[in-house]
Amino acid sequence: MSRIDACFGRLAQRRRTALIPFVTAGDPAPEVTVPLLHAMVAAGADLIEIGVPFSDPIADGPVIQRASERALAKGVSLDDVLDMVRVFRTRDGDTPVILMGYLNPIEVMGYELFSVAAHEAGVDGVLVVDVPPEEGHDLVAMLRTRGLDLVYLLAPTSTAARIACIGEVASGFVYYVSVKGVTGSGHLDTAAVAEKVGLIKSLVRLPVGVGFGIRDAGSAARIAEVADAIIVGSAIVSRIEALAATPEQIPDAVGGFLAGLRQAIDEVDAHVS
Amino acid sequence: MLTYPDDLDRAFPGGAGQRRSQPSAYRWPDARGHFGPYGGMFVPETLMQPLEELRAAYERFLDDPEFQAELDADLRDYVGRPSPVYHAARWSRELGGAQIFLKREDLNHTGAHKVNNTIGQALLARRMGKTRIIAETGAGQHGVASATVAARLGLECVVYMGEVDIARQEANVYRMRLLGARVVSVTSGSRTLKDALNEAMRDWVTNIDNTFYIIGTVAGPHPYPAMVRDFQAVIGREARAQILKRTGRLPDALVACVGGGSNAIGLFYPFIGDPGVAIYGVEAAGDGLQTGRHAAPLCAGRPGVLHGNRTYLMEDRHGQIVETHSISAGLDYPGVGPEHAWLKDSGRARYDSVTDEEALRAFHHLTRTEGIIPALESSHALAYAHKLAPGMRSDQAILVNLSGRGDKDMHTVASHDGLVL
Repeated sequence: MSRIDACFGRLAQRRRTALIPFVTAGDPAPEVTVPLLHAMVAAGADLIEIGVPFSDPIADGPVIQRASERALAKGVSLDDVLDMVRVFRTRDGDTPVILMGYLNPIEVMGYELFSVAAHEAGVDGVLVVDVPPEEGHDLVAMLRTRGLDLVYLLAPTSTAARIACIGEVASGFVYYVSVKGVTGSGHLDTAAVAEKVGLIKSLVRLPVGVGFGIRDAGSAARIAEVADAIIVGSAIVSRIEALAATPEQIPDAVGGFLAGLRQAIDEVDAHVS
Repeated sequence: MLTYPDDLDRAFPGGAGQRRSQPSAYRWPDARGHFGPYGGMFVPETLMQPLEELRAAYERFLDDPEFQAELDADLRDYVGRPSPVYHAARWSRELGGAQIFLKREDLNHTGAHKVNNTIGQALLARRMGKTRIIAETGAGQHGVASATVAARLGLECVVYMGEVDIARQEANVYRMRLLGARVVSVTSGSRTLKDALNEAMRDWVTNIDNTFYIIGTVAGPHPYPAMVRDFQAVIGREARAQILKRTGRLPDALVACVGGGSNAIGLFYPFIGDPGVAIYGVEAAGDGLQTGRHAAPLCAGRPGVLHGNRTYLMEDRHGQIVETHSISAGLDYPGVGPEHAWLKDSGRARYDSVTDEEALRAFHHLTRTEGIIPALESSHALAYAHKLAPGMRSDQAILVNLSGRGDKDMHTVASHDGLVL
């Protein structure tokens, strides 16, 4: 069983909603990332998404665009990101790690080399924002040879037919993009999310994570009522940005923010169960 | 050589526009928008269903005589088509070889070929019930062409333009604002065309319900490369008939500049099935390919994925897209339409490059010998014709796409000559 499946299995038994923080690798500097990952786990993260910086992040809002630019300015490459995961794994053998990014750096490395290197580094899943299932056959086949999950996005515009098709090819979990927009967008419509997540759960047998509009304890709690996992990115990255000049403070600050989200989600979980 | 997808009936069920332009057995892209290994739909999930709706609408209206009649009437009465094919007799004599014919896209309304496509897409937007159009622009030509059709159809128009390009194309920014468009300055990344495209895609994802994204070149996700090609293929359809009528035979060579490649594919496409016609695409070599300061992905890049399609790109060894350079803002783009990637690999077209200096020499040469001031983009094609012609016989013909006029480039050329206008 993959680390992601095992993680969601444990969480389901405890009726606990997963908290998945996202940070961009190497933001604001490469040496910050591994201590930050450990701090997030200590604060209650169940899985971790690590953003691979890319020069042209078309699905990201300004906050994560700037994180990518800061990391690229430090020369952070896909190889470097895999090294960070390798170091993280020396102290944490349990927390699933998902790389999130765009296809081109993986294309340049080559699907086979990437799959081997990601597996050896301790990566569990990959979410490639610009690879819909129509373009994912070769990548998913190669990732599977190393036991890696390819996590697919679902969106407000996804029809029932698409959702069912994506459910067939996805593994690990599916990631519902809760707003029409880029990462960090506002206007989270909780009722609409609840309705769509209900549809997804009727069509897909995997856990459903929700992200793209969750910025605080209140929105996390509302989404926790319907989702299996809450994904928080821009709200964390904007805190990292604010502390870019004093990076030693970042792990504690992000840990404190996550602990607040964790508490809000746990209260909902206790109430729901 | 070229191979053909098995599922061509699925690819173009009715196939009106494509088959009208393309007499041969060449039938790309396939049903999923692939040109061999290139093209495709590499976009976030949010865009997949809207792209499917666009593809369906496009194929429906392509077969719709009413839509075609409206498009043809607009191209005739509003754009001024057909654009003439002009025999540049004096320039040809000076070069001492092949006869050079110019397809005069510079005479179109708004001064370039871009409007052929924006008219088509804007008519489609209106029929799809969209009230807002967005566009990206580099030099500003596509932005102006989009703002123009938006004004005429009463559609809201937002144009994304890199901060760097806004500074070097002030006149076009003002033209767009006069036409009622909102020009948004893009300050992310390299602040040029590629970043404007990123920002337009972000807008589209956010405003998908009422917004139609008019992509200005034969790049982006399927169906854009095929759709923009089909709208631009009017260039080659006309030129083929015009030169046949004029000379009694097909030209020996076609030459067009390639940034994203829409004017080039528009000229090339109706000739792909004519094996006697050599096809040359000309990229911007900037300061020279060996300097790395250029915009020539087909000549000096390698395949990758950007802006929704797989194609040749300019990238570093880690797959990050690198900044490009060309004196011509319209060629200053790190990717290229996927069909050009395929025509290169299949050997049907040849791609070469000319430097800023060579393009400028051709710019001045044509201006002085023919009284035609070409766009700096088109000057790359002229510079290449300049190289080809002397090696050919005087009874042979080269057809060059003069894709735009040079008025917008006065400041660039003057400052290169040390003048401030």
